Amino acid sequence: MTLALTALFQGGSPAAEAGAAFVPFLPGLIVLLPLLGFLANGALALSHGRTSANAVRSGGELDLGDRASRPLTHTLPSLIGPGVMAVAFLLTLVNFSRALGASIEEPVVVHYWTWMATGTFTVDAALQLDQLSLLMMMIVTGVGFLIHLFSVGYMRDDSGYPRYFAYLNLFVFFMLVLVMGSSYALMFVGWEGVGLCSYLLIGFWFSDKEKSDAGKKAFIVNRIGDVGFLVAMFYLFTTFGTLDFVPIFEGSDALVYGGGLVTAITLFFFLGAAGKSAQIPLYVWLPDAMAGPTPVSALIHAATMVTAGVYLVARSSVLFALSPIGSATVAGVGVLTALFAATIALKQNDIKKVLAYSTVSQLGYMFVGVGVGAYAAGVFHLMTHAFFKALLFLGSGAVIHSMHHAYHHTHKHDDPQDMRNMGGLRAHMPITWITMWIGTLAIAGIWPLAGFFSKDEIIWQVAAFGGAATAPYPALYTVFWIIALAAALLTAFYMTRMMVMTFHGANRTGAEEAKHLHEAPAIMWVPLAVLAVASVFGGWINVPEALRNSFLGLGGALPMSEWLHHWLEPITARAHEVQLEHLGEVAHAAPIGGGEVAWAAISFLAAAAMVATAFKVVGAQKTVPAHDSPEPTGFAKVLYNKYYVDEFYDRFVVQPIVRASRFSWKVIDATLIDGTVNAVGWVSKGVGWGVSMFQTGNVSTYAFVLTLGVLAILGVSVF
Amino acid sequence: MITEALILSAILFVIGTFGMLVRRNAIIMFLCIELQLNAVNVAFVAFSNLYGIDGQIFVFFVMTVAAAEAAVGLAIIISIFRHYESVDVGNFNLLKW
Repeated sequence: MTLALTALFQGGSPAAEAGAAFVPFLPGLIVLLPLLGFLANGALALSHGRTSANAVRSGGELDLGDRASRPLTHTLPSLIGPGVMAVAFLLTLVNFSRALGASIEEPVVVHYWTWMATGTFTVDAALQLDQLSLLMMMIVTGVGFLIHLFSVGYMRDDSGYPRYFAYLNLFVFFMLVLVMGSSYALMFVGWEGVGLCSYLLIGFWFSDKEKSDAGKKAFIVNRIGDVGFLVAMFYLFTTFGTLDFVPIFEGSDALVYGGGLVTAITLFFFLGAAGKSAQIPLYVWLPDAMAGPTPVSALIHAATMVTAGVYLVARSSVLFALSPIGSATVAGVGVLTALFAATIALKQNDIKKVLAYSTVSQLGYMFVGVGVGAYAAGVFHLMTHAFFKALLFLGSGAVIHSMHHAYHHTHKHDDPQDMRNMGGLRAHMPITWITMWIGTLAIAGIWPLAGFFSKDEIIWQVAAFGGAATAPYPALYTVFWIIALAAALLTAFYMTRMMVMTFHGANRTGAEEAKHLHEAPAIMWVPLAVLAVASVFGGWINVPEALRNSFLGLGGALPMSEWLHHWLEPITARAHEVQLEHLGEVAHAAPIGGGEVAWAAISFLAAAAMVATAFKVVGAQKTVPAHDSPEPTGFAKVLYNKYYVDEFYDRFVVQPIVRASRFSWKVIDATLIDGTVNAVGWVSKGVGWGVSMFQTGNVSTYAFVLTLGVLAILGVSVF
Repeated sequence: MITEALILSAILFVIGTFGMLVRRNAIIMFLCIELQLNAVNVAFVAFSNLYGIDGQIFVFFVMTVAAAEAAVGLAIIISIFRHYESVDVGNFNLLKW
């Protein structure tokens, strides 16, 4: 297959010089490996299923016994799960390094077979390898591998261990289909597949009603967004007659700038993206998704799946550039979500809930980036966020793991995720403490960590876009810019609050419990360390040109300026042409003056000041363990209860639907429809019974009726 | 001439029909059916005088079918008699509902 493909691509690109064309290396295998992992782990899970199910049904947990004497079903997944990911990551690395040394002017599309062909509509099973999909593959397989590794430590005492790895591998398979598919149809396959895996993994501990409900919530809220994705695809098909990326983007000149059609397409796509990437108004599922195992939150609900919406917008950059309303909606919803979620995160006590709202908020930033035409900046933040948020989630996983063990030892039933029960953990888990501080500083935007460069570029691009020569709504973008700056400060505050409550101050776990707190094993802290390194240096690949020679760029010492920007240029070139043509050059000064370097320095200093303030303020607060804590009051109560959005949705969306469904069920279905059907049955039964009375069995009666009948017929025909 | 023949035919047919309806004895009912068939035969023959030979040919067919019917019918009656020791049709009422 490789040979044939090599020949195909070398022969198929006449313009390429020898060695300059990008030749993909076994791209199909990258997708296939996680699927094989799923099949293998799935088979193990099934073979173990009955024992496991019986244990769950009888209300207890399966006693797995000693680690040394576990059955194969609970030892093999440790090899298969991370193993397939390691190989997939190595293959991706080969492809990526090949792509680095080659020039990819046009996306390389590897066709395998025709998936479906009806009339003029065909969908090929084909993978598209270009700068964007290669970058996404690196994130998915790289971060994915680390999280698989972490999972071995985190999940191996769980009775559903093989099932866990089966789902996790299946998720990676669908995520790769999502980012590598060469058409919207194939992307939708991955889109739905990751949604399914998300549902399965959120409800992984399905015997807990609350957790399986959280899974259902995620699935149903995502369905609402998927309607948007589908409608957008229908529009694209009626307009272009195809769903493949390449012909659609090449034919996008046919669309009218700012026209109704392209606006509808982008708005419907954004509805899909808002569902998958947890933006207002469909963000409510993500905080509940924390019911899943923590590595799942790291992989699916922080690093990869929830960024699919950003990927969708970046992939469709031409379409969004053609629709100023669509782009403004993306940016507006993004910035509002960033602020809204950040304020909620200020008052959450569950360590994972803080991180969940933080993720919603950071996803908002990514949408701001892609909404103001800074597609590379959005994808850049996607990448750095994948590093530091995966790090933070895995770190919280290590904390929860330790807390759980401590409570398990003393049979105490306190919440191991509640930060009010933590405090002073740095003495017990120094590695987790240090790596999580790195992640916190990165997300807070502290120079020179990854988050500083990516978030700052987005915020700057909002200002620059609003100041473009003929920007559509300049005042609006100024507001966006101010909100984005404010949300960045809140980020620094709530993240520091989380760190202080978890790791600093006095321990509140309990005297006996504290003896059992321990550092995570090596298989868990090594991924943390790797991600911490990536969170420190990840930002350096895309230092803005303006910062490069300033003190923020170490006076030119940072090696690569705007590398990611240039790397993604073939993807975003069309969008930038459109933008340049209709909006003109972006501004080089913020709305209230000051250049890029000045504002980068200001936001860094502000973030640093905020971290210091939060450290002092939260450190000075007297935090008491959860069961002694008073209920929050005033606005803090509103924030603690997440602005009552869930209650609002329940009252005005869920309950009306439930009532309407109940009405349809009880009245329309059970009474009306079933009644009609039953009535037809009863009538025929009654008529049949009545008519059967004529069958007397008496020959004379038959003869009499026969004669009467003949007479009647004769009478009718004669008279 | 034709009128008298048809009146005879009608009288025979009505007797046959009436016998069919009121009698309970299977043999008598059987005879009544034969009477009806032969009433029809009289009408056929009478009409063949007016409309040609077809009527008389039909009579042969009717007689043939009647003979066959008599064979089958008598056989059934005999086997019913062996079973019930009776030829009263009022007793044979199992085939209902």
